[in-house]
Amino acid sequence: MKKAKHFQFQVQPLINNNNNNNNNNSLSFSYFDLLSEEIVFTILDLLTPNPVDKKSFSLVCKNFYFLESKHRRILKPLRSEYLPKVLTRYSHVTHMDLTLCPRVTDATLTNIASACNSNLVSIDLSMSKFFTGVGLLNLAVKCDNLVELDLTNATELKDSAAAMVAEARNLERLWMRRCKMVTDMGVGCIAVGCRKLKLLSLKWCVGVGDLGVGLIAVKCKDIRSLDLSYLPISDKCLPSILNLQYLEDLALVGCYGIDDNSLAVLKNGCKSLKKLDMSSCEKVTHIGLSSVFSCTKCLEQVTLANGYSVNLDLADSLNKLSKLQSIKLDGCLVTCAGLGAIGDWCVSLKELSLSKCKGVTDEGLNYLVTKQRDLRILDITCCDKITDVSISHITSSCTDLSSLKMESCPLVPREAFILIGQRCHSLEELDLTDNEIDDEGLKSISKCSKLSSLKLGLCLNITDEGLAHIGTSCVGLKELDLYRCTGITDSGILAIAGGCPGLEMINIAYCKEITDNSLLLFSKCAQLNTIECRGCPHITYLGLAAIAAGCRQLTKLDIKKCYKIDDAGMIPLAHFSQNLKQINLSYSSVTDVGLLCLASISCLQTLTILHLKGLTPSGLAAALLACGGLTKVKLHASFKSSLPQAIFEHLEARGCLFQWREKVFQAELDPKCWKLRLKDMMQ
Amino acid sequence: MDHKEMPGPTADTWGKSFPLGNELLKNISSDDTPLTSSQRPQQKWEDPSMLDYNTRIEPPFQEFKQRSETQSSLPCNPNNQNKVTDEDVQMNGTIQTEKIQDWDPRAMLNNLNFLEQKIHQLQDLVHLIVGRRSQALGRPDELLAQQKQLITADLTSIIVQLISTAGSLLPSVKPLSGTTPTGQLGQLGGLFLPSTVGLNSSVQPQNNGGSKVSDQSNQMDITVNCGNEQNYNVEEHESKDDEDADEGENLPPGSYEILQLEKEEILAPHTHFCTICGKGFKRDANLRMHMRGHGDEYKTPAALAKPNKEATSEPMLIKRYSCPYAGCKRNKDHKKFQPLKTILCVKNHYKRTHCDKSYTCSRCNTKKFSVIADLKTHEKHCGKDKWLCSCGTTFSRKDKLFGHIALFQGHTPAIPLEETKGPTVPPDRGEGNEAINKVRSINFNFGSNAPNGNEVQNTADVKGNIEDPTGYFSPLNFDTWNFGGFHEFPRPPYEDSESSLSFLIPGSCNYTVPGSCNYTQKTGAESSSNNPE
Repeated sequence: MKKAKHFQFQVQPLINNNNNNNNNNSLSFSYFDLLSEEIVFTILDLLTPNPVDKKSFSLVCKNFYFLESKHRRILKPLRSEYLPKVLTRYSHVTHMDLTLCPRVTDATLTNIASACNSNLVSIDLSMSKFFTGVGLLNLAVKCDNLVELDLTNATELKDSAAAMVAEARNLERLWMRRCKMVTDMGVGCIAVGCRKLKLLSLKWCVGVGDLGVGLIAVKCKDIRSLDLSYLPISDKCLPSILNLQYLEDLALVGCYGIDDNSLAVLKNGCKSLKKLDMSSCEKVTHIGLSSVFSCTKCLEQVTLANGYSVNLDLADSLNKLSKLQSIKLDGCLVTCAGLGAIGDWCVSLKELSLSKCKGVTDEGLNYLVTKQRDLRILDITCCDKITDVSISHITSSCTDLSSLKMESCPLVPREAFILIGQRCHSLEELDLTDNEIDDEGLKSISKCSKLSSLKLGLCLNITDEGLAHIGTSCVGLKELDLYRCTGITDSGILAIAGGCPGLEMINIAYCKEITDNSLLLFSKCAQLNTIECRGCPHITYLGLAAIAAGCRQLTKLDIKKCYKIDDAGMIPLAHFSQNLKQINLSYSSVTDVGLLCLASISCLQTLTILHLKGLTPSGLAAALLACGGLTKVKLHASFKSSLPQAIFEHLEARGCLFQWREKVFQAELDPKCWKLRLKDMMQ
Repeated sequence: MDHKEMPGPTADTWGKSFPLGNELLKNISSDDTPLTSSQRPQQKWEDPSMLDYNTRIEPPFQEFKQRSETQSSLPCNPNNQNKVTDEDVQMNGTIQTEKIQDWDPRAMLNNLNFLEQKIHQLQDLVHLIVGRRSQALGRPDELLAQQKQLITADLTSIIVQLISTAGSLLPSVKPLSGTTPTGQLGQLGGLFLPSTVGLNSSVQPQNNGGSKVSDQSNQMDITVNCGNEQNYNVEEHESKDDEDADEGENLPPGSYEILQLEKEEILAPHTHFCTICGKGFKRDANLRMHMRGHGDEYKTPAALAKPNKEATSEPMLIKRYSCPYAGCKRNKDHKKFQPLKTILCVKNHYKRTHCDKSYTCSRCNTKKFSVIADLKTHEKHCGKDKWLCSCGTTFSRKDKLFGHIALFQGHTPAIPLEETKGPTVPPDRGEGNEAINKVRSINFNFGSNAPNGNEVQNTADVKGNIEDPTGYFSPLNFDTWNFGGFHEFPRPPYEDSESSLSFLIPGSCNYTVPGSCNYTQKTGAESSSNNPE
């Protein structure tokens, strides 16, 4: 990628030259014509993912323009309105990503189908609305090589549309999450029509029951991955599902129709199953799980979050799985004996998640980690009973840990974090949110040179000094969360921004000391795509302008409660940040003018604008109408009555959802007070 | 009497009584009591033979009736009442003794002696009441009512005794005589029961006319009860469609007696008639309920009680029925004759097989039935939950459809037309209809293939139709009438195409295909089940 960027910068001046030449003498010879197709394709392969780069590239000369359109395989259009034209140019497109087009009608789909024909392999309609079975039928009939179809969130889709999907005979991967109107009949059609299905997600398709799923199991024998979460299925279809010969990944989250009795009848082993998620199955206990595990001996990954009691019995039943590598027990009630038994298994676990488990104590955890020394990923979030003893054992036993999440372990003293840095040098992901860690700890952790994600939110003991260590050592840091770290100032950020050029996500929300200087520093991190600087009262338009100009990849920006940010900040944002998808402007000083500027960002999808003092109904209306790609807008309820209903109807027809909020204006609390109040609320 | 003779007189008596029924029919409204399963067994008592017994007991009954009419001029006269009782019982007794003298005179005598004693006791009691009454005239009516009750209770017990005596004779009767036990019992019932009601009527003579009916019904019930006792318990659990329930029953020929009803008897709407107003009923129980409206005497527990079966506990010769339609498998002359179990079976069989289907379903207007109960069953789920397969087969249950689809390759669930049509989009008439016709004709062709008998060919046809649905809506179609016009008209053509395309879903138009077509298709599908994947 670095190479490509170099190349790009070299090409850039040439482009200008070329354009000038063309202007001067249209008959002049273009050196770019000498480049062979292969070379140009290689260059294009190495371009950054920033879509603007490809656009620039194609504007170099006619040859490049032609070659770029020939080279492009993935198309992610901003507006479906222009698709007919776009498609005539990009006729070799195989993957169509319509996630930025909230309104995709049957006409759009028909156009795509006619333009792409057999080229089209994959299409993503997960964020789109307004298409029906007719458009899908066109796709299915004309694009006979269609392999991948994402219909997630098509909540209006009915069985008739599903029957159209079934005409896509070569479909292998189909996502139908939240297709709530589809019933057994629709799924039955798909089962009969799409015999080559390898992946099917019916999550939240609450209209689909045993019959539809059973027919899938009968007809689609190639299924590898099946997501049946939250379906009202029962014992009737389970045996046939587990008879699927190639099934590797099965999700049965929240299937309340499954109980121990329905699992007890399972006999035939499913030797291929590697991944099983049975979280939140309320009626299943360790007895049912035991019968499942006895017929799925090859499981490698088991998720049993929420509702299970991890006792000796459950641990024993899990012990049947000789190839188990990963187990997630988030939110379960864990006993000491259960943890001990897990430790005693003959298998060596790579991943263990005990997030939000009640009953995790030093005793149980210590025993477990001393036996399971190969752990790579450990999640002990909110295990509020563990102390430094556990941390000591974890760090001494599992030295190969690559991910440790231990948000909110209040009994772990600050000294314990030093051990982490001293012993676990392979850490790539570390979540220390809401812990007692201090600068000494950070200094130690900075030894984890592979660290790419570090979360230090609500760590009130850390200061710039500690952060400086991180900045100097952890060069590969991509994510840094400093939410409400009140001790952090611009000097800490200086170290981070300077030391971690690859930063992609930064959260400096409510770090009140932070000023525009920090943002100026961050503008050097060209990869930054997510910036949260909520509640930083010193930030002004200057910082924002720097960010906009420097971080062209910016997709998410939260400047809520940055009171000083005004319209002047929006202008550069609108000009440079053409990739911005999501912005929160609540409580800032932005007015109609700023909002109208933002409306020119064609990618913008999600807009939160609560308590903008300078916002008038007419300005809001203008901005909303101008911003064609909006899918979600959070507004104060007072605007509901002050704007004509027709505007909202129009916007909703374009695919925009409105969320009305009635929150009263909130004054800012200081962090300690905020934390105390949070605890009160939780108790 | 011989077994074989039974059908003869039965039919004769029916012939006599039938015109009466017809006459009555003119005056009365139809019996609209809803069918309930609990009442169903009683339907079995619609035995024409009961009418036979009716006529047989006619003479004593008339005799009695005359007498009671004379009494009616003297209401509440205990003396008279007593006299009647005496006479009645004596009369019954004499007839009884005459009838059964041949069988077991000693036991009968014992019983009669016992009964006589009891009657004397009752006589004394009544005398006492009379004495008291003469002493204190104008006493409250309650006392009178109490006395009445006392007497009624005594009389009831006497009657029960009499019946049980008669019942105890039954086994001894059977081997000795050729008379059917039913007949015998019928006679007994006829003998005893009038006295019961007669007594009642003499106590409360104001509704004298009604007594006859109540009377009749009691007789009938007992009679038929005796006759059908054998089947009774079985039939209680049988469904309405029990016509075929006896398919597996392999009674050796001759082990049962065959009854054959005439067509007119089978088709008669009512078999029980109110003697007061002439209203007809299908069931005796309904008649008894009806009778309550004619006076208090029909409200007594005895009058309302289900006719008792006490006397019929002994095993009877099995009765089976033959269909009067010559050449029918259910006709006794058929080579492979399969008898029908009950009268109801005969009725349903005859109507279903040999009659016009005159009841049409008001919902689909295609399905016809000859038995109204069948129509009602059909109407319960007509159109409501029709689960449709692309091959045209319909299922009343979704799981059956999915079982069918799981079994046959290429079959797919067909989404009902109503759903595929956009609710707000007006259908495009011309193209839509064309499409309908197209699909319908395809379906029809397919359906008409089925009866040809070439099963393999049929299966192939099914698959051919289903696996290539694009065959009849080829992409060319879209180009010509949908997408070609797109650029000129950005939106409307799509609205149209939405509706017109929806007609092209294979099988979706089957709702418009007549039922007969569906039927043939179904047979086709069934026949193809011989060739599983």
